[in-house]
Amino acid sequence: MTDTPKKKSKKQMTRKQRSRFEVGVIYFILAIMFIIIAYPLFWAFAMSMNTTSNLYSASLNPADWSFDNFVWLFTHPRSNYLIWYRNTLFVSVVVSSVTTLTVSFVAYAFSRYRFKGRKNGLYAFLLLQMFPVLMAMVALFILLNLVGLLDNLWGLILIYIGGGIPMNAFLVKGYFDTLPRSLDESAKMDGAGHFRIFFQILLPLAKPILSVVALFNFMAPFMDFILPRIVLRSPENFTLALGLYNFVNAQFSNNFSRFAAGAVLIAVPIATVYLILQKYLISGLASGATKG
Amino acid sequence: MADNDNQIKPSQTRTEDLNHSPKKAMLLSIIPGMGQIYNKRKLKGIAIFIIFAAFAVVSIEFVVSGLQGLVTLGNEPRVDDSRVFLVEGILAMIFAIFYASLYWINLQDAKNEAQKIRDGWTPGGVIENFKNSWDTAFPYVLIGPGFLLLIFVVILPLLFMGFLAFTNYNLYNAPPRNLLQWVGFDNFTRLLTLAEWRQTFISVLSWTLTWTFVATTLQIALGMFLAVLTNDKRLKGKKLIRTVLILPWAVPGFVTIIIFSALFNDNFGAINLDIMQPLFNTTIPWMTNVMWSRIAIIAIQVWLGFPYVYALFSGVLQGISDDWYEAADMDGASRWQKFRNITFPHLMFATGPLLLTQYTFNFNNFNIIYLFNEGGPAVRGQNAGGTDILISWVFSLTFTNSQFSMAAAISLILGVIVATFAFFQFRRSRSFKEEGTM
Repeated sequence: MTDTPKKKSKKQMTRKQRSRFEVGVIYFILAIMFIIIAYPLFWAFAMSMNTTSNLYSASLNPADWSFDNFVWLFTHPRSNYLIWYRNTLFVSVVVSSVTTLTVSFVAYAFSRYRFKGRKNGLYAFLLLQMFPVLMAMVALFILLNLVGLLDNLWGLILIYIGGGIPMNAFLVKGYFDTLPRSLDESAKMDGAGHFRIFFQILLPLAKPILSVVALFNFMAPFMDFILPRIVLRSPENFTLALGLYNFVNAQFSNNFSRFAAGAVLIAVPIATVYLILQKYLISGLASGATKG
Repeated sequence: MADNDNQIKPSQTRTEDLNHSPKKAMLLSIIPGMGQIYNKRKLKGIAIFIIFAAFAVVSIEFVVSGLQGLVTLGNEPRVDDSRVFLVEGILAMIFAIFYASLYWINLQDAKNEAQKIRDGWTPGGVIENFKNSWDTAFPYVLIGPGFLLLIFVVILPLLFMGFLAFTNYNLYNAPPRNLLQWVGFDNFTRLLTLAEWRQTFISVLSWTLTWTFVATTLQIALGMFLAVLTNDKRLKGKKLIRTVLILPWAVPGFVTIIIFSALFNDNFGAINLDIMQPLFNTTIPWMTNVMWSRIAIIAIQVWLGFPYVYALFSGVLQGISDDWYEAADMDGASRWQKFRNITFPHLMFATGPLLLTQYTFNFNNFNIIYLFNEGGPAVRGQNAGGTDILISWVFSLTFTNSQFSMAAAISLILGVIVATFAFFQFRRSRSFKEEGTM
C-alpha cells in the first residue's frame, strides 16, 4: 500500500483493498481445507506413536510418543506383519511383471496391426473396462472354491492380472498410438521381423508408460482390500491391507495403534510415489480414458 | 499319407476348370481345408484339415457332454456337482463359439482366395505363403495370452454369474449335497414381489442412486471450486497448496476410511468428543443412525474423491487462454458470467467422460461402505443395512447369508445399470475415435 501514489482516486484504493481482502478469504478457505485434510492423517500418525491401551484417550503430544508399535510389528512373535509384507510383495511382483508383458503385447497388436476382429476386440475391451471384476464376486468365490484356489495367493494373482488387462491395455495403446509409425515402417524396410521391431524399437520408446503400468500394478495389491477379503481366509495368507483391517476389526480399541503403525508404513511410501508422479498419473489416466 | 492323396486328387481334377469359382471354394470348405486345396494351396489345406480334425476329435465329446450338463445340471445328488456342470457347460459354449468362428473364417478364407485367383492372382511358393500367414497370424499371437486370461478370469465368471441368477443356489440347496435346478426368472420375481425382498431392494436401490449422485456431484463441485480458487494469479506458494490438496488421493483409501471410521465412532470418536461435545454440547450417533451414517459416508467420500477432480481441473484451467477472460473483461462481464460461460464449458468439454467414470466408480464403491461400518446400521424389516449399496448388499448376501442365486440376480441388475452407463460413455468415446485415433 505504501507505494501507492497519494493522488490515486479513492476508487483505486478500495479496489486494491478489495483484492487483498479476496486473497485473504482464499487463504482462509485453503487453511480450513488444510486442517480438514491434515487432521485425520496427523491423528493416525499420532496414534501409531502411542502405546496406551485406551486409544481414545491417546496423546497427540509428541513428548509421549514412542516407536513401540513399529517394533512390535517387526519383532513380536505373534505379529504376522512380515509374512503379510512378503505375501503382498510376491503378489505385486508377479502381477506387475506379467501384466506389463501381456498388456504391451495386446496394446502393440491393437495399435500397429489392422486385423480381422480388431474393432470388435477394442469395443469388447472398452465394455469390459466398465465392469469391475468385483461385480462377479459371487461367481469368483464359487469358481475359486471349485478349482481349489480359494485362500491361495495364486487365485488372487490371476484375478488381478485378468481384471487389469482391459484398462492397462488402453493406457499403453494410447501411448503406442503417439509414437510415429514411420519408425517401425523403416525398420520393416530394413528387414526387421515383427518381434524385433517390437522389442528393439517400440518397447524402449514406450518405457515411460510401461514403467507407470508396472508401478501401478505393483502398488495395487498394497492398497486393495476387497479382493483379498473375498479370496483369502487364513491369516498367514493375508496381504497387508487385509491383515491391517483385521487388526482393527478383531478388537477395535486394542489394536488400533498397531493398525495405525502398519498403515503409516504403507501409506508414506505410496503417497510419496503418488505425489512425485501425480502430474503424469493424472494426465496419463486422462488421455487413456478419453482416447480409447 | 493315404489321407493326403485323397485330398489332392479332387484339386487336381478341378485345375482344369477355367473359371475358378469362389462359391465352389466356399462350398468345398464345408469340409475344412478342401476349398484351400481347390485354391491350389495344398499344404495350407492339409494343415487346416488336420487342425480341424484334431480339434473335433479331442473336444467334441467335451462340448456335447458339457452342453448336456448345462441343461440337466446333474442327475444324482452328492455324485454330480451342479456347479461343475455349470462351469463345464460354459466352457463348452465358449469352445463351440470358438470352433464356429474358426469354421467361418475358414469358409471366408477359401472364398476370398478363390476370388483373388479369379482376378489373376497366383499363390507364391511355400516359403512365401508361410511368411504371409505368419504376418496375418502375428497380431493374434500377440493378443492371444491376454485374451485367454480375459476369457477365464473375467468373461467366464461374468457368464457363470449370469447363469447362476436363474438357478436356486442358496444355503439350503447347495451343491454338492443337492442338485441345482433351473428356476427361470423366479429370483427376479421374488425380488420384485415378495414383501421383504421388494422393500429391501427398493430402499437399497434408491440409496445407491442417491449416494452415487450426491457424493459424486459434491466431490466434483468441491474439486472445481478449489481448482478455480487456487488458479487465482495472486496466490503464492501454489506448488505447496496443490500438493496438500492432492494428498487425500495419494494416501491409500482403505487406510483413510478406517481412520475416519474411528474418528466417527459414536462413543470414543474424536469428532463427537472433540468437536460435537464441546461446541454443541451433544453427540451424534454417526454409526447407529441411518441418516447420520449416510451423511458421514458422503462427507468421507467427498474428502477422498475431490483431489482427483481437483488435479484434473487444475490442469485444464492452466490451459485456458487468457484472451477469453480479457475479452470478457472488455465486455464488462461479471465474475459469475465468466465462470458460467468460459471456465465451466472448458472444464466440462475436456473432462466430461472422466467425470462420468467418477459416477460409475461411486456406484460400485464397495470399499467405503464396507470399511466404514459394514453397511450398517441394521434396519428393521429388511435384510440389508441402512448404508448398504447394491454391491455391498451382494457381498453380504454371498458371504454372510449364502444366498448365491439372489446375489447373482442382483449383480445382474447391477450389470444392466452399469451397461446403460457404459453405453453412453461408449458413444462418447466412439465420437472421439471418429476423429482419427482409431
